[in-house]
Amino acid sequence: MSRPLFDYVLRLADNALVLGHRLSEWCGHAPVLEEDLALANMGLDLIGQARSLYGYAGEVEGAGRGEDALAYLRDAAAYRNVLLVEQPNGDFAATMTRQLMYAAFAHPYYEALRQSRDGTLAAIAAKSAKELAYHVRHAAEWVIRLGDGTADSRRRAQDALDELWPYTGELFEADDVERALIAAGIAIDPETVRPTWQRTMEDIVAEATLILPPTGWMQSGGRTGRHSEHLGHILSELQFLQRAYPGATW
Amino acid sequence: MSEKTWPLWEVFIRTRNGMAHRHVGSVHAVDAEMALQNARDVYTRRGEGLSVWVVPSTAITASDPDDKDMLFEPTATKIYRHPTFYEIPDEVGHM
Repeated sequence: MSRPLFDYVLRLADNALVLGHRLSEWCGHAPVLEEDLALANMGLDLIGQARSLYGYAGEVEGAGRGEDALAYLRDAAAYRNVLLVEQPNGDFAATMTRQLMYAAFAHPYYEALRQSRDGTLAAIAAKSAKELAYHVRHAAEWVIRLGDGTADSRRRAQDALDELWPYTGELFEADDVERALIAAGIAIDPETVRPTWQRTMEDIVAEATLILPPTGWMQSGGRTGRHSEHLGHILSELQFLQRAYPGATW
Repeated sequence: MSEKTWPLWEVFIRTRNGMAHRHVGSVHAVDAEMALQNARDVYTRRGEGLSVWVVPSTAITASDPDDKDMLFEPTATKIYRHPTFYEIPDEVGHM
């Protein structure tokens, strides 16, 4: 097996699963029915992406672990998602801001990954990019309306932006594992996506009449398994069934 | 915080090329762009659509249900208007 490729695919999968799970937490709690479905739709897109990626990671590993084993039977320290996606849903403005920050990165990233020398990754990327394009649009339109809305919605949107901004730096980190795969034409250098991401964020934030936080110190750690306390709580809910009833199916 | 109800929009979806947009229901949304997104999220989750229209519900002028005898009853006796006396070749397809 290729350990670097396994690690790389797992990182992509964990980002998708954890954010997808966060969105699923809104199910039945969104402000209006229409948004309840919109959030569930985006969550299902992400969980679908995670399933494809876990399936492939299991194949690459060749140790008999499938998507369920990888999603349900790894502890928090073995998860490789960025800290941004595990941040709490907060209010609606925080959820939409987090979604915009992630999707504005993931969309151009997966667009680029369509050119990967790895055919499976390229195929998963092609499907994911279409889904993420809609996430960018939906989240962006909301951030614009919340920022340029009432005094209350504006305050909440600015708070969300300020609070989540330090988590965006990690999106662009690449270690030696990744750099080797980038050199081999399999992975994408996240730095190449930064200008697009930066422009999207600047445009949307300006249209929302909000203020882009200064880029200073950035949070880091998720990619190496050092997570915030939130991930453990996510996993306790996400993994409960398989932990309590190993191998349960329905 | 003030609670205001969002405007209502009627949703029309075209399922296939060559077919007409058909009314499928309604959504609440703050404006046209969000109405389009909400319609997509609520009504096209099972591959129903290729095209979506949204129209402000207030833009629709409806006939008065009390007028239905006057408006629609007179056609009931004019069966010669129905094309039931013709054989329609299969190749014609949707009529």
